[in-house]
Amino acid sequence: MAELTCRDLVLGYDGEVLVKDLSFQVNKGDYLCIVGSNGSGKSTLMRTILHLQAPMSGTVEYGDGLRPNEIGYLPQQTLVQRDFPASVREIVLSGCQARCGLRPFYNREEKQLAEESMERLGISSFADRCYRELSGGQQQRVLLARALCATRRLLLLDEPVTGLDPKVTAEMYQLIRKLNREGISVIMISHDVHAAAKYASHILHIGRDMFFGPVELYRQSKAGKRYLNLEAEDDADREAGIPEAGDLADREAGIPEAGDLAGAEAEETGPADGTGEGGEKRP
Amino acid sequence: MTAKLALYFSYPFVRYALIVGVLIALCSSLLGVTLVLKRFSFIGDGLSHVAFGAMAIASVLNLTDSMVLVLPFTVVAAVLLLRVGQNAKIKGDAVIAMVSVGALAIGYLLMNIFSTSANISGDVCSTLFGSTSILTLSLFEVRLCVALSVVVVLVFVVFYNKIFAVTFDESFAMAVGTPVNRYNLMIAVIIAVIIVLAMNLVGSLLISALVIFPALSAMRVFKSFLSVTVCSAVLSVVCSVAGLLVSILAGTPVGSTIVAADILAFFLFAAAGKAAGRQ
Repeated sequence: MAELTCRDLVLGYDGEVLVKDLSFQVNKGDYLCIVGSNGSGKSTLMRTILHLQAPMSGTVEYGDGLRPNEIGYLPQQTLVQRDFPASVREIVLSGCQARCGLRPFYNREEKQLAEESMERLGISSFADRCYRELSGGQQQRVLLARALCATRRLLLLDEPVTGLDPKVTAEMYQLIRKLNREGISVIMISHDVHAAAKYASHILHIGRDMFFGPVELYRQSKAGKRYLNLEAEDDADREAGIPEAGDLADREAGIPEAGDLAGAEAEETGPADGTGEGGEKRP
Repeated sequence: MTAKLALYFSYPFVRYALIVGVLIALCSSLLGVTLVLKRFSFIGDGLSHVAFGAMAIASVLNLTDSMVLVLPFTVVAAVLLLRVGQNAKIKGDAVIAMVSVGALAIGYLLMNIFSTSANISGDVCSTLFGSTSILTLSLFEVRLCVALSVVVVLVFVVFYNKIFAVTFDESFAMAVGTPVNRYNLMIAVIIAVIIVLAMNLVGSLLISALVIFPALSAMRVFKSFLSVTVCSAVLSVVCSVAGLLVSILAGTPVGSTIVAADILAFFLFAAAGKAAGRQ
């Protein structure tokens, strides 16, 4: 049975529908990327999966013995957190709060779990440092370690690379893939379709063209082609210094042409993957 | 000077004042860190003004023990402010500003219209700035204060980890099933209790200082939540004892002297934090 099954979801708020007829499932070991433009309902979907918001209709079911509070959630960082006076260890330990329940203090087992999570993400060396003094990438690792304390099975990541520089972003993706290979299912909201196509096993595209399925099929799908191409073209334009307005016109005119570009892009991911492996082995 | 202090401490009311001062300082500093970090600093201010309004009503009604009215009034206001702050048509800070000035104005108006004492401005001034009311505590008030302080400290210790979780990241806490709203409510109620307690010490205008300054000072220097909390508690107690002693010896108003001590400590800690950062 799937760990998470969503059936016929209708999402939205204040009576306004954002997404209709959304059905997908996440099996053990899957790496699902949820992509789509701003305002397409990605965050609403995430809140629904977490049971923080009720769907307008449809169901969200956990299976395979997964309980709702066993999801490791990595929210987007808030302003408050940036200058929060707390040590890394304190924050990671707070990931055990669901296990702890009404008991006032964390027990030895939970403290052990926190240490292991920090070990796993390579942040043990700054366990006693202050969170606000860390770099963006380090802070994300801390929050990921906290999420690991909350789950052994399923991670839910909300735009985990926002605001990180390219190198740190790549490291973050490696880290997530490593965790996924160790057997943790991953659901990730992402802006970055290319990274999604590169790392994920499944793609859920919400917005005008819906798509759910394995990543290989996504590359050939209408939504996938359009999206992957747009971004590729965007990047190319940006590098060439073409201004935004022209950019738009080009896009309208050049859709078939861009299809070829997408093919090239897909092939490219092979060798790029290889270098990624190298990065992963770094301590 | 020691002889003078010894003489003062032979009076029970001075000893009461010291006990109550220490307890209030301790309680008020505990939640300060959470309030500052949650960007709730002004809730303390708003609530203290509500407490002032309630105090005015109590004095109009000629209640001998105003605490009976002020405490429930402030707790209800705390709950309402928190609720409104969450699903806001009017933004949280605007509501607080509205309630806070409104309560202040109505309180003063009531005291003026239905005045029972000959010296209204004296009464108002002492409610606002604390003046000497801490030196006129009855044994009952001291006991009540001790009991409430014990409850506040116990609740804080027992729920310390939850308070941390809710302060640091509400979304995560909600996602793993922690009843965030319940804990927020608890925090609001504790704050209301602390504020009513602290009115005796520094008066309703200066309570926020007691809540916020020690936390802000501690945050300049310390780097973990636990050390910040402990430091702000210790600092708050030290400042309020120092302030009390100075005010007794020099005859200055109790509340403002304590707050002055807190401000001084803040600048010392800020300087220390800067110095440590440079190394």
